[in-house]
Amino acid sequence: MNYIVSIGLEVHVQLRTKSKMFCSCDTGYGAPPNTHVCPVCLGYPGAMPVMNKEAIRMTVLAGMMIGSEISTYSKFDRKSYFYPDMPKNYQITQYDKPFCDGGAVEIMVDGKPKTINVTRIHLEEDVGKNMHFRGSSGVDFNRAGIPLMEIVSEPDMSSPQEAYDYLTALKQIITYTDISNCNQEEGNMRCDVNCSIRPEGQTELGTKTELKNLNSFKAAFHALEYEIARQKEVLEAGGEIVQETRRWDPDTFETYSMRVKEKAHDYRYFPEPDLMPVVLDMELVEEWRSGLPELPEVRKARIITQYGLPEYDAGVLVSEKALADYFEGAAELSKNPKAISNWVMTEVLRFLSEKEIEITELKVMPKALSELVSLVDDKTINMTTAKEVFAIMCEKGGEPAGIVKEQGLAQVSDDGVIDAFVKQAMAENPKSVEDYKGGNKAAVQFLVGQVMRMSKGKANPQMVVGLLMDLMKG
Amino acid sequence: MGIEISSLTVHGALDALSGGECSSEELVRDVVAEIAKRDAEVGAYVSVDEELALEQARAADAARSAGKCGRLLGVPIAIKDVLNVEGQSCTCGSKILEGYTSPYDATAIAKLRAEGAVFLGRANMDEFAMGSTTQNSAYKVTHNPWNLDCVPGGSSGGSAAAVAAGEAIAALGTDTGGSIRQPASFCGCVGLKPSYGRISRYGLVAFASSLDQIGPITKNVRDAALLCEVMSGVDKMDSSSMDEPIPQLAVDLPADLKGVTLGLPKEYFVDGMDDDVRRGVMAAVEKCRELGAEIKEVSLPHTKYAVSTYYIIATAEASANLARFDGVRYGKRAEGATDPIDMYGKTRAEGFGAEVKRRIILGTYVLSSGYYDAYYLSAQKVRTLIRQDFEKVFEDCDALLAPVTPSPAYRIGENLDDPLQMYLGDICTVTANLAGICGLSVPCAMTESGLPVGLQILGPAFKEENILKVGHAYEQARGDMPLPEILKR
Repeated sequence: MNYIVSIGLEVHVQLRTKSKMFCSCDTGYGAPPNTHVCPVCLGYPGAMPVMNKEAIRMTVLAGMMIGSEISTYSKFDRKSYFYPDMPKNYQITQYDKPFCDGGAVEIMVDGKPKTINVTRIHLEEDVGKNMHFRGSSGVDFNRAGIPLMEIVSEPDMSSPQEAYDYLTALKQIITYTDISNCNQEEGNMRCDVNCSIRPEGQTELGTKTELKNLNSFKAAFHALEYEIARQKEVLEAGGEIVQETRRWDPDTFETYSMRVKEKAHDYRYFPEPDLMPVVLDMELVEEWRSGLPELPEVRKARIITQYGLPEYDAGVLVSEKALADYFEGAAELSKNPKAISNWVMTEVLRFLSEKEIEITELKVMPKALSELVSLVDDKTINMTTAKEVFAIMCEKGGEPAGIVKEQGLAQVSDDGVIDAFVKQAMAENPKSVEDYKGGNKAAVQFLVGQVMRMSKGKANPQMVVGLLMDLMKG
Repeated sequence: MGIEISSLTVHGALDALSGGECSSEELVRDVVAEIAKRDAEVGAYVSVDEELALEQARAADAARSAGKCGRLLGVPIAIKDVLNVEGQSCTCGSKILEGYTSPYDATAIAKLRAEGAVFLGRANMDEFAMGSTTQNSAYKVTHNPWNLDCVPGGSSGGSAAAVAAGEAIAALGTDTGGSIRQPASFCGCVGLKPSYGRISRYGLVAFASSLDQIGPITKNVRDAALLCEVMSGVDKMDSSSMDEPIPQLAVDLPADLKGVTLGLPKEYFVDGMDDDVRRGVMAAVEKCRELGAEIKEVSLPHTKYAVSTYYIIATAEASANLARFDGVRYGKRAEGATDPIDMYGKTRAEGFGAEVKRRIILGTYVLSSGYYDAYYLSAQKVRTLIRQDFEKVFEDCDALLAPVTPSPAYRIGENLDDPLQMYLGDICTVTANLAGICGLSVPCAMTESGLPVGLQILGPAFKEENILKVGHAYEQARGDMPLPEILKR
């Protein structure tokens, strides 16, 4: 029996505001427990929330990036449930009037674009973190109250790979707007997954299960693979899928049941009386829109035409906004954007992955890279030297012309000097000269190598070849 | 010392302090002496922090001699035990907040502090402001200074009893459905519930967020005006506070009511209303007419739905507001729990009193899926109608005159087993909270049995000056009221 898989995702994204959603506490990661807290985010008696307007702007930006309709009227609601990590035992979230309605994200499936529809994006507050010690438990409330944007998709994905691609595409879009770091290790981006299967031919969706504890895209992928197989097995054995919440265990690579949903959990939503409804000024919204970054796909097309790059190059460069920014920063200053692209795609990316650092941490500035390319182009240095200079800049920064001068790396283009090296090479290797003259043209490469060795790699290779061939002709 | 504390007003105290008749330290010592003399019988305070008050008083005296001024410099005030004062306890009349110390000042408290007020102690109240008798306090029963067998009203019963018994020069209360005006009326004090949004609620432990307001309980209208003015203003910590101009409430109070139109809402003169109350209020109405006011009967047709609307909205909000009291971060935590859910259950079972539990259950019920539309949503719609009733009558009236309650103070223990009957006593006060308008309670008469009766003056939102003008002119024309016997002992 063939089955159709339906996957929907609820993605929680921590926004990178300076302060929390409803108070002025710091949002920085990694502080000692309960140091970024105040009466408001600890839910102390009498404390009241005040909206963080920056978080609202960021949520609206995210909506604009995926083509949501921005609500002129929205509001916050209280969602009630008891849990130790929740200071007020209700979460301030948005129930029926989120900031963003609808929207879509495009992914590629078998080389063809597929649209994943987004239901809504709403804004809420993060909860604290329960911590368990030997014999006792505690709660760290540093995270409590950090603005959390929830992006809810339609059940439009039909494989774990599509879910993975959707998450990757979302991350790409979000990092483009600079509204979140999307750092999975720091929990900036977490997702819950809804998954159901149904036999081919059946139109209504099967019973879904919800998977929690998915802290990375890979976890979502593996958990879905497991869960789909599990559901198939249940159905094949004549069983029924139970609507329940299941937890992914990254150690055993299995999901297991957390709780069976009794109908729907009654969260007793009602409008948050401490906050007034938000009526967005559309002029302001348009002003925000004008500050939107280019979408990755749009930027890719522009880079192809503006810099005359192949589609492949442009695709690699826009995969991350910071990388595209880096490329453009260098390319704008350069007469040879294709060479810049080659450098970025090879040396730069290789170095980043070796060192496991971000492009923003690279000590080679875009301007330095463009200068390095110019030095090669005007033959001041050759490619071998250029890689040496690049390596030096990766370590210490600095600008290439200075390094070339300081280290005496400039290519030797002086006829007299090269002439001396060439004659010496020919004198020391008479057999190679004989071979060349006897018709083995490849023998010249050996002699070039000798000259380069003698010049410590600085001789202009074109000049060396020219001179060698001239001398051996006679 | 020459100052008579029992009838001393805020303005009187300020005059005495600036005239050098006494120091703030002496004033605080005198008030503390009055508390020592009488509070064992009255029970107005949950706690009195004499040392802290004296420290503040000495600072005020030093500031005064250094030539600094403050609009309340050196005046001791009692604070309802629901407002956060940094470094003090804040029990809300509940066992569940045992051991909690406020880490911060409520905005209203910070504003009073900035003007030099001294915080005497914590006034008793119905647990989490739920009640109208102060019998729902987990700590003690407060007695009405006029008759110790009677309740002082509630929920700000400790505040009103303290002012009436000469145990405070003025006090702060909070009013969610009448909790300032009703105890002021029962105890013969002036009580002002400002418009919703006039005074920041930041630091007021929420009962019902869309209804709660802080306000003063004082010995005269001018004092109430001054305290309200000091505490007023928009606050960035409270999104529901409003950026409305603050009128000079305490200075510009006329002696007559010429050109003023006052409405008499017929729905507030209910069947079964106490005769003494009716007579007292109607005599006050006549007095206002004599002062030049035009009196006209008006109708607020949706008043009959007010009590049920109020109890749906207030309990719904309370059910969420009180969820934070769980034993995790502060206050009481029950012993012997086996897991978090068990800890919540035990802590809340032991920590909350019966009335609070009743209201949490009611509020949880009306918000439950399947019942939300029928109860909460409908109540919000009726609330709009009630607000519109007021908007309509305020097109022609500057203020409304009404009783505060249908009866004077109940006897302690009366109606305690009949919550519904108790709730019906709120009929004349809950509407102001639902509509967000302002209301004032001014003593207007004594019953035959010697209990005070209050006149309620209701005004449009952010027109506190209207009701304070009427209240002040009436108060001047009425003349002095008697003092409770207990003060003469």
